[in-house]
Parts: sequence; C-alpha cells; structure tokens
Amino acid sequence: MTNTKSPLLEMRNVKKDFYGNQVLSDINLTLQAGEVLGLCGENGAGKSTLMKILFGMDVIRETGGYSGDILFNGEKVNFASPFEALEAGIGMVHQEFSLIPGFTATENILLNREPQRRSVLSEVFGSRLNTLNYKEMQRRSAEAIEKLGVHIDADMVINDMPVGHKQFTEIARELSKDQLKLLILDEPTAVLTEKEAEALLDSIRNMSRRGIAVIFITHRLHEILSVCDRVVVMRDGRVVRDVPSGETNVMDITRWMVGRDVDAAAQNEARDLSNEPTILSIRNLWVDMPGEIVRNVNLDVKKGEILGIGGLAGQGKLGIPNGIMGLYEAGGTVIFDGKEIPLNNPRHCLEANLAFVSEDRRGVGLLLDESLEWNVAFPAMQIQGKCLKKLLGGLIKWRDEKAITDLTNKYIKELAIKCTSSKQKAKELSGGNQQKVCLAKAFALEPKFLFVSEPTRGIDVGAKALVLEALKRFNRENGVTVVMISSELEELRSICDRIAIVSGGKIAGILPATEPSEKFGELMVSGVR
Amino acid sequence: MKKEPKDNNWSPSKLNDEMNSVLSTPEASPLQMAQMSPLRRLVASFGLPRLIITAFLLLMFIAAPFTGSDFWTQVSNTINRFSWNAVLVLAMVPMIHSGCGLNFGLPLGIISGLLGATMAIEFGFTGPVSFFMAIVISTPIAIVLGMGYGWLLNKIKGGEMMIATYVGFSSVSFMCMMWLLLPYKSPTMVWGYAGKGLRTTISLEGFYDKVLANFLQINIGTLSIPTGTILFFALLAFLMWAFLHTKTGTAMTAVGSNPAFAKAAGINIDKTRMLSVVISTWLAAVGILVYQQGFGFIQLYMAPFYMALPAVSAILIGGASVNKASIANVVIGTFLFQGMVTMTPTVMNSIIQMDMSEVIRVIVSQGMILYALTRKTKGGNN
Repeated sequence: MTNTKSPLLEMRNVKKDFYGNQVLSDINLTLQAGEVLGLCGENGAGKSTLMKILFGMDVIRETGGYSGDILFNGEKVNFASPFEALEAGIGMVHQEFSLIPGFTATENILLNREPQRRSVLSEVFGSRLNTLNYKEMQRRSAEAIEKLGVHIDADMVINDMPVGHKQFTEIARELSKDQLKLLILDEPTAVLTEKEAEALLDSIRNMSRRGIAVIFITHRLHEILSVCDRVVVMRDGRVVRDVPSGETNVMDITRWMVGRDVDAAAQNEARDLSNEPTILSIRNLWVDMPGEIVRNVNLDVKKGEILGIGGLAGQGKLGIPNGIMGLYEAGGTVIFDGKEIPLNNPRHCLEANLAFVSEDRRGVGLLLDESLEWNVAFPAMQIQGKCLKKLLGGLIKWRDEKAITDLTNKYIKELAIKCTSSKQKAKELSGGNQQKVCLAKAFALEPKFLFVSEPTRGIDVGAKALVLEALKRFNRENGVTVVMISSELEELRSICDRIAIVSGGKIAGILPATEPSEKFGELMVSGVR
Repeated sequence: MKKEPKDNNWSPSKLNDEMNSVLSTPEASPLQMAQMSPLRRLVASFGLPRLIITAFLLLMFIAAPFTGSDFWTQVSNTINRFSWNAVLVLAMVPMIHSGCGLNFGLPLGIISGLLGATMAIEFGFTGPVSFFMAIVISTPIAIVLGMGYGWLLNKIKGGEMMIATYVGFSSVSFMCMMWLLLPYKSPTMVWGYAGKGLRTTISLEGFYDKVLANFLQINIGTLSIPTGTILFFALLAFLMWAFLHTKTGTAMTAVGSNPAFAKAAGINIDKTRMLSVVISTWLAAVGILVYQQGFGFIQLYMAPFYMALPAVSAILIGGASVNKASIANVVIGTFLFQGMVTMTPTVMNSIIQMDMSEVIRVIVSQGMILYALTRKTKGGNN
C-alpha cells in the first residue's frame, strides 16, 4: 500500500530486561501511516512492556532503560516521558480509565489543553487566570467525537456514562490532539459489550482512513482479524509471527501465542450426578451487592459436581457467592451438608469448610504487598490453625515459618506458579499467576466446597487453560464440589456438569452443560430488567 | 440506567494504583540489589535521607569536642533521650500494622499514664513500687480509653489520622480542666497555696525518679548508660516483635495490608483494629511513665500536647511508612531523631557563643517533623 514511503514507526532490535530477567529480546517491528496493527500474545509475553517503552513511561527508565532503536517518522527517538511521546504524536488509551468522574466528556477530552480566553485579570496576574473558552471546547470535542464516528453526549458527566462511552471518551481525548499520528489501544474492548465493541472497531477503521496508525492490543482475536491489516504475535518476549491478517485465522494465532495446540472446544465431560445427595441448598437468597443484586435465588448443588453459574453482567450471578460468603449483605437460607449457615459472616462459612475465590483478585483476593507465603497460608492459618506452633501449652500461637514455606512451595509446584521464590510479593506476579495464588489460597483450606468467581477474567489463553484444568483436577481428585461463576459460557460448558443461568437476580434455568449454546442464550435474556 | 460490572467502574483508588505503579520508584528487589555496587546497595537499603541524617549526626559527634563540649557527655545525653522516648515510638507500631495509620492520638495514652502516675502517688506509693503501681493503675484506664478511641476510629475508616489528631488535642484540653478539678490531696502534687489542683510539674524525687535508669547503670568516666531503661524498652520491643509473629499479630498485619482480604478470610476487622488501638494506647501510657522516670518530673496540662509529633517523626525517619513498620524502624528512628535534637543545639550553641539551645531545639525538632511527614512512604527498606 504505502510500503514505498519510510515507515511511521520502526523498532530495531529492541531489548529490555528487568533486573536480569529478559522480557523483550530483539523486537523488530515496522508500522506504516494509517496501518492497523494487531498485537497479541499471552499475558507476560511483553506487549505492555513494549508499549511502555514506546510511550516513554518512567518505569522503563528507572529500571535501566532499553537497548535497540526506535524510529518515529524516520527519526530516532527515545522519549524521556509520556509527555514527549504525546508531543511527537503518539496517543495511548490504557486498560483502566483515567478520566475525572465529575467532569463532562468535553472537559475530560480537552483537560489541560483547553482553549483559553484572556481577561483583565489574566492580563494583570498572568495566564493562569485565563478563562476557558467553552464554545471552542465544545466545537473541538464534537469534532473529536465525530472523528471517532460514534455518538456520545459531550455534556454528560463521566459518572453517569455507561462503560462503553467512557472508553470512547478516552479515545476521543487522544483523537482531539491534532498531532496524533499513532494511537495505541490497550485492550479497549475488554469492558465493552459486543455492540459497543463493534462501534469501536468501526471507529478504528475510520481512524485508519484518516491516516492514523493504530496499534491494537486485545485478547479477542476475532476483533483483530476483522479490523487489523497485520497481526503481530508475541511470545516470551519475542515476535513469533508477523503476518497480514488476511492470511491467518483465530486457530493459528492462538497456537502461535501459546506455542502449543489448544483445543478450540475442549471436549466436554459433563456427568449426570442427579442421583447424588444435595450438598448445598439455597433458598430465597437475596444479596445487596451493588451492580449485581440477587433478588430471589433457589438452587440445589449436588455433591461432587461442577456447577456453572452464567448470565449477563449485572444480572446478579456474582452476587450469589459474595452473598453466601458474607462479603455483601444477604438474607435467606443456606443449608450446607445438613446444617444451616448463618449469613453475613465470612468466618462461619470458612469454618464450615466452604472456600471462595473472589472475582476481585487485586481487591479481595490478594495481599498485594505481602509475600506469596502469606497469601497462600493466611486463611488456612487463621481459620484452621494450620502453620502454627503452639507455645506455652497453646497459650501462644506462633507462626511456623517453615510450615508456611513448605505449604506455599507445594502449591507453587502443583499449580506451576511462575515466581522467583515463595517470598516474592504477590503484586509482582502476572495476572494469571496471581489467579493461581488465589486458587492456592483456597486449596490450602482443603475445602469440601469451593466457589470460584470469574477465575479466568483478564488472564490469557494459556493461563486460562491451566486454571480450568487445576479446578477440574481439584474436583475430580479430591471430590470437592465446585461452583464456578463466569461470564464466558464456553468456558463454563468446557468444564461444568450443569450450568445455571442467572437473569434479573433469579435463576432462570438449569441445563446440562451439553445443551447447545443457544438454549443458554435464551435463558440469559429471559428475565433481564 | 445500564448496569455495569463492578470491575469497570472508574474509581479514584484504581487510578491511584495505576499512577503509583507508573510513577513510583519500584522497590529494590533482592535481585536488583545484588547487581548494585556496595555503596548503591547501602543507599537503597537504608534510604538516602536517613543516610544524610546519619552522616549529619556523626558530623555533630565529631564536631562536639572541638566546640568545647565533652564527647562522652553528648553520647550519654543521646542514649538517655533515646531511652526515654523509645517506648513512645514503639507505641506507633501496632496501629500502623492494623492500617489505622500513625497514632496522632498518642496524648490519649499519655493521659492514661499521667492518671496512673498521679494516682499512684496520691495513694501513697513511693520508690520503685510507685512506678510499678503507676503502670498497674494506668493499664485499665488505657484499655477503656483505647477501646473508646478504637470504636471511634472504626467509625471513620480512611480518615483515622485526622480524627486521631483531634482526639489527642481534645483529650489534652479536657484533662487541663480535670487536673484542676479532680480531688487530689497529696501535698507533693497540689498547688501549695490553694491546697487543691495539680501543679504543672511534679518532681518524682522519692518516687520513681531514675528507677529504671539506675538499674545496672554503667558509668565510665563521663559516659553513663541507663541500662535498666534500655532493657525495659528491649523487653517491650521483644514482646511487640513476638506478638506480630503470632496468629493474632499476623491477622493484624493482614488487616492493615488489605482489609477486604482479611474480611474474606474471616477476620473480624473492627475487633483487630480495636486491639491495635488498645495496645498502642497502653504502650503510650507506659511510654510516658518511662519518660518521666528518666526526666525526673511528671508534666501535666499542655505537656502531652507536644508528645505525638516527635514520636510520629521518629518512626517515619526510621523508615516506616503509613502501613509498614518494624522494630528496627523504631530503634533507628528514635536514635536519629533524639540524636539530632540533643546534639544540634549543643554544638550550635558553642559555635555561635550564645545560649539559644531551646530555640535551636525547637527549630531542629520541628524541622525534622516537617521532613518526616513529607516523606511518609518513601525511603528505607520496609
């Protein structure tokens, strides 16, 4: 297309290590103006690090910089800060929103770049007292939104916006910069509904037509195929493939990403356990969990099964485990193993041998600032008195460091957690490995019953398979009943025996996992409010 | 309105996390340390500011003999002041661990100690027994006040330090009235002419003046080391260290590190926090008694007002952050802070040939406080 011109961006032999740990080696990459490049790879493959280097993030310089050359617009660059990158025409939209919630879209889009008007005061006291030119601001933000090709209300306060619109506001902010030549989108669709994601893809095509190059990072491979000109696959800090997107397909990309074959539709081994006794019986459960309200759930879980709970976001599927485990206010009756469990008290549930892996990994699941040892052993120590030495006839319960290390190492090995040692801090691990730590924490309790909430959210294909495999093994080998809550139906279908669909805060229906997807889809939309 | 999954909501804390991860200097990992030169390693593990303070303190010690003050007297002074204050600094540790932040409400504990001290004297105890009885009497007071204080802090999670400051201030003011009104009768303590109301300063001679310091005191020339006081601090520090290694202590640290995690693991967060506040308040009560036995006087009325900030500063200079603190932080911090406060005025006085020691002491100690509060989380290895 434009191959005759010099490329907009060229990376030559870019290398980067963190304290001797090679995370990028010999990255070569070129990007033409207006080209859309899909960048994919497992978590920890080095995508984010590469983008941080390009964007001049402080963390790169503080950890010793990188080697190799980056050419932007034919000139060698080495951005000392994101501001310089912005100035050169590189924009970046991060996974997490950086918007001011109380400001309108317009104000956010033009934050700190507002067109200003001079006034008497500012003549006297300097430009800091200039007033904002709201008319001009509105025009510029409208222009940016129009460039994006979507419709969002520029006067709406960010707080009131649906997630998708927040994401669009972020992108519009980048587009409103006139010098923008390259836009990096880091998993922009992860939080969007399908329709919003489609609109976003349209706007990416739109940008490309205007000559803006886009680097698009996502785990949703079909999006890459539909919008990108070229796909670059990274694995273990290397570029393993760089192909035009027309010449490949989802299966190939997945294989390149993980470096091994992944069963596209994992064979389902759903069992019929309807003759088993009921181990957990939920009656008239309500849970007041903001955004995931449970209204009236009745559910029986059979001993030894893997029960999936699915449903659309916001329908209350997450509220069920959070309510039963006492993290949000709840009411109703829960009978486990013949005994009623008092609600609103996590300790009682844990003592009854239930365990919970929270969907909020960083918020609830982990002690980010502490070692893996603490993370894994803490609940087992507090609830069951494991890893404690009794001194003075049990008067003093002393932490048994050796037992903690042994316990942690056992699960590090069992779950193949990638870490430097059991003393490493939890925050230093990648998402997938953090999830494994959360599982290890629950496994260490040796529960009879396990709630797992969104175990694969935000982790990559390879780690996903390992996590699901670990759950399955735990269920099969230890006879532990597992209830898994997930938004991904296919994932549920791959390991569950039965799947309950939650809609409008109630169970809309329970089907064997072998039923076709459409049946579940019907249930999902049945009671939406 | 559309419902969103909880994860997707914008939240300031999330942004903060992100900002922090982008902006903050990553902590030196063991691997990273191994690659550094020995000097860089020292700086990284000890923290540059602390290194500068230490260097300055050393300079003071070196300069002292040249300005005419006796070196060993200065060393003794520093060690003495360290021994008086260390327990008060130790009182910071439990609340930092449980996530209640720095205990600006230290005066509350100090008041418990003052009540214990005055009541022990009022009840006629003398000599070493009066010290013991002061601790015994102040203990239940510290527990009750600490529980009330803890209950209050549990109501305002997130704003602890601000509220704690005012709890401290208001309790001091309240006690200013009570010292006058409480029916104390002991002639050693009340105003001579009125026969009622406690004096601002009460001498401890005949009671527990230097009761710990004189125990096994080492005197070599002009050097004197208050062994008993230091041993007493060491005992309390050991107990604190041991407590943090027990099941309950571990739970306390986890509550401070991530309350949501602790709650999900079945920990009663409010109870744990309350326990930390009670321990902190009790240590403050004992701390002020240790301070008094070294200083030789009970100081009432506005005196507790000024006790919290130096203790807060000391532990921050020692390398603690708002939610991480160790015994080493206490020892190093107290020594550096008290060393500076002791040495600077002496040396400066001699240099400028004028008695300005109080002025300089105020400037130095407030300056150190200012510095300590601005650094808050940065610095040494936690």
